[in-house]
Amino acid sequence: MTSSSTSAVASSRPAKKPRKSAFSGRKVDRAFYWMAVPAALIFAVFLYVPFIRGVAYSFTNSQGFGDYKWIGLKNYGALFKDNRVGHAYVFTFLLAVIITLLINVIAMFLAVALNSRIAFKNGFRAIYFIPYTLGVLVIGYVFKYIFMAPLPAIGKALGIGWLSQSLLTSESYSWVPIVFLSVWQGVAYSVLIYLAGLQTIDDEIYEAASLDGVNAWQNFWKITFPLIGPFFTINLVLSFKNAFNTFDQVVALTDGGPDSKTETVTYLIWKGGLTGGEYAYQTANAVLFFIVLAIIAFIQLRISNAQEKV
Amino acid sequence: MSATTISKTGVSAAKPAETKVYRRDHNINWWLTAVVAVLSLTVLIPLYFTVVTALKTPADAGTFALPTTWNWHNFADAWAKVNYPKAALNSAIITVASVALTLLTNTFVAYAIARNMDKRFFRFLYYFFIAAMFVPFPVIMLPLAKQMGALHLDNQLGLIILYMTLGLGTNLFIATGFIRSIPISLEEAARIDGASTWTIFWKIIFPLMGPINATIAILTALWAWNDFLMPLIVLTDQSNQTIPLAQYVFSSQFATNYPMAFASYLMAMAPILVVYVFAQKWVVGSVMRGAVK
Repeated sequence: MTSSSTSAVASSRPAKKPRKSAFSGRKVDRAFYWMAVPAALIFAVFLYVPFIRGVAYSFTNSQGFGDYKWIGLKNYGALFKDNRVGHAYVFTFLLAVIITLLINVIAMFLAVALNSRIAFKNGFRAIYFIPYTLGVLVIGYVFKYIFMAPLPAIGKALGIGWLSQSLLTSESYSWVPIVFLSVWQGVAYSVLIYLAGLQTIDDEIYEAASLDGVNAWQNFWKITFPLIGPFFTINLVLSFKNAFNTFDQVVALTDGGPDSKTETVTYLIWKGGLTGGEYAYQTANAVLFFIVLAIIAFIQLRISNAQEKV
Repeated sequence: MSATTISKTGVSAAKPAETKVYRRDHNINWWLTAVVAVLSLTVLIPLYFTVVTALKTPADAGTFALPTTWNWHNFADAWAKVNYPKAALNSAIITVASVALTLLTNTFVAYAIARNMDKRFFRFLYYFFIAAMFVPFPVIMLPLAKQMGALHLDNQLGLIILYMTLGLGTNLFIATGFIRSIPISLEEAARIDGASTWTIFWKIIFPLMGPINATIAILTALWAWNDFLMPLIVLTDQSNQTIPLAQYVFSSQFATNYPMAFASYLMAMAPILVVYVFAQKWVVGSVMRGAVK
C-alpha cells in the first residue's frame, strides 16, 4: 500500500528539490549535511574501523595484547585444517537450515490460523508474541532446567529411551534443545510478518474462490501462499541470518558441549578469541565467517530474483 | 499522545477485514481455536514452569507440579545474591538512554537521506549505512572489544553509543520509506515562511513520524534490554553489569539452587513482561509495522 505512494512521491521529487549549485552551498542543504555526515563518521568509527582492523589482525599472530608480527595467510591456512572450526561451520549451517525451515512452517501455519475465524484472536496473537519480548539467555536457562529435570522424568515415565536422559549432554541429540529454543523464540516475529502479509490479501479473492468450490488446501496453496510470497522471502532471509549467528542459545544450554559438538561459529569466535588466547586466529575466522555469509546472501538474492522473474 | 494515535491506526487497519468476515459468516471455527489454544501452551508452560519453580524449595523443584510449600524468600535471596537493583538500574539506564538517543538522532539521519536520495552523496550514505546490516556482529566483535577498551568506553556509555550507532542501518531501512511518503508540500510551505531545515524537521517531520518512532523505540528497547553478547564483550567492570550479564555470572556461580536461580530469572523477565501485558496491542502493532517495511 505505501510502496506505490512512496515511489510516486519519489519520482516527482527531483523536479521540486532545490538544486545546489557548485559554489554557493545553500543553507538548507548544509543542514542536511550536518544531519547525516557526523552520523556517518561515528558509524565508521564503531563499525567499519573495527571491521578493517579485524581484517588486519587476521594476518598477525596477536593474542589480543602485547607484541605481534605479521604472519601472512598462516591463520587462514590453519583454519582450513582445523577440525573444530570445520565442525562449527557445518554445525552452524545445518542448525540454521533446520531452524529456518521449522520457524517458517510453524509460523505460516500459526499466522493462517490466527487470521481465520477463531475466537480470542487478539489474545492468542499477544500470547504467541511473548517469546520475542524475552531475552534468549534468560529463557534459555529456564529451558536448560526443563531439559535437565522434568523432561527426562517424563521420558522415563513413558518409557521413551532417548528422552529418559538429558538431551543436553547427549552426543547425538544435544542440538535438539538449541533448535527448540531458537524456534520457540523465532516463531514469534515470523508470525507477525506473515500476519502482516495475510492482511494485504483482499477477502473477495476467497469469496470468489469459494463460489468455485475451492477447498481449504487449494485455498492455501493456490491463493494464500503465492500472494504472501514476498513475505516468505523476507522471513527466510531474516530467520536464516539470525539462526546463522546463534550464540545466546549455546551459552545458555550446552556451553558448546558435549565434546565441542554444539559449538557455533559465533560461539567459537568468542570463546577462542576472548578467553582462549586465539585472538588473531579467531579474527581470521570472523573474516571467513563474513565471506561465507556474503556468499550465502548472494545465493539467496539470486534465488529470490529468479523466483520473481518466473 | 503518540501511543493513542498508533493503537487507533493499528486497530482500524485490522478491523474492516474482521467485521467483513463475521458478517459473511457467523460461525467461529472452534476446532481451529482449540488447536491454536493447545499450541499456545508451548509458550505458556515454560512461563508457568518459571513461576512455580521460583516459589519452590530446592527439594521440591524439577516438576511441573505446584509448590507444596511456597518459598517466597527465594526472591529476597536472589535479589541480594545477583545484586538485582544494581543490574536492573544499569539495564534501565542503558535501555532508556539508547532509546532516547536513537530516536533523537537516527530519525534526522533518515530524514536527511530520504529527502536527498537523488543526490549521489546521500545515496552513497544510504548504502553506506544499509550495507552494515550485512556485517554480522560476530565479525567485528573481537576488534570492537579491544577498541572500546582503548577508548575507555568499556562501560554503560560505550554500550549506549553502540546501540545508537549499530541500529542505524535497520532504523534507516524502516524510516526512509515512511518519510518519503510524507508530502513535501508541507515542508515547502514552512520554508516559504522562513523555517530552517532543522526547525522543519523538529516541528513538522518528527511529530509526523510518530508510528515509525514507536516501532524504532520498541525494537531498540527490546534489543538493549535483552542483549547479552554486546555487554558480554564490551563491559569489563562487574559493577556495570546488565541484567542478562548478571544472570550469566550468577548461573555459573550458584547453579545448584534452582528455585533461587529461577526467582532471579523471573525478576529478569518481569519488567519487560509487565510492560508488555499493558501495552501488548501497541507493541505488536508497532513491531508489525516495522516488519512490513
